[in-house]
Amino acid sequence: MRVGVITFPGSLDERDAQRAVKLAGGTPVALWHGAHDLEGVEAIILPGGFSYGDYLRAGSIASHAPIMAEVIDAAHKGMPVLGICNGFQMLAEARLVPGAHGRNDCGTFVRRDQKLIVENNNTAWTTDFAQGEEIIIPLKNADGRFVANADTIKRIEDNGQVTFRYVGMNPNGSLDDIAGVSNEAGNVVGLMPHPEHAVEPGFGPDTAQAMRSGLDGLKFFTSVIQSTILSKA
Amino acid sequence: MPTIVVEVMPKAEILDPQGKAVAGALTRLGHNQFSGVRIGKRFELTVDGPVTAETLAAAKTIAEDILSNSVIEDVVSISEAK
Repeated sequence: MRVGVITFPGSLDERDAQRAVKLAGGTPVALWHGAHDLEGVEAIILPGGFSYGDYLRAGSIASHAPIMAEVIDAAHKGMPVLGICNGFQMLAEARLVPGAHGRNDCGTFVRRDQKLIVENNNTAWTTDFAQGEEIIIPLKNADGRFVANADTIKRIEDNGQVTFRYVGMNPNGSLDDIAGVSNEAGNVVGLMPHPEHAVEPGFGPDTAQAMRSGLDGLKFFTSVIQSTILSKA
Repeated sequence: MPTIVVEVMPKAEILDPQGKAVAGALTRLGHNQFSGVRIGKRFELTVDGPVTAETLAAAKTIAEDILSNSVIEDVVSISEAK
């Protein structure tokens, strides 16, 4: 399965996302923000970083990049799209997922291995998790505070669109401890922490068993491959 | 050059950590007469030609669609620079 990873000016984690796709058994396809071509991919990842230096608002200029016209069209037609960190901010700015992002309430950049609970395993990117599963993946952001008005929060809570929630501590002041959300259909998911940094022994978060052995992020990428195969069956 | 000024502020109910940090610094420096600070953005749009009702309308459109995010911010003014 071909999974596209889009590089924007200022993207940082596209190589890690490509490697995560490969380790999950997929074929990563490097896509370019300035092109109008998805090159036949069946899923898309918007990677982390600081596209356009986070100027204007994090993710806002990238959300208007040329390739985003094709991404938005494909997302509305049901193609799985995952936005990680800056990619989540792009999805929110493009109105593909609800809410928006503000500066962390602590005022500083935060980097930590973060515990999350999987609140909905019925999205294109979470089917390999158990409902309610707790996972640990790295988090690193400055503008990670998820914000939405009360009506929107109620709607997404009622619809099961809160996909991930922070557990133990809330690192950035996100409302309702929300770490990730999906669109109504569940094919588009955005989250602040970075699953692509927890996919390979020696490079993931520490676990009780061994240092840097955490692989909880891998299931995002195996999920999309599995759910895409099942959707064709 | 004719210029249109657009001002955007974080919504009143949205936490503004930048403003809070500045307010804290002011208090530390003894400026106790200011109880709060909120930080917004000012955009200066240079217009090719005179400012007309049409260019102001175009400025309103981009102010609402691109320069601000209505989930977290309000456009508080759009006017020709004097």
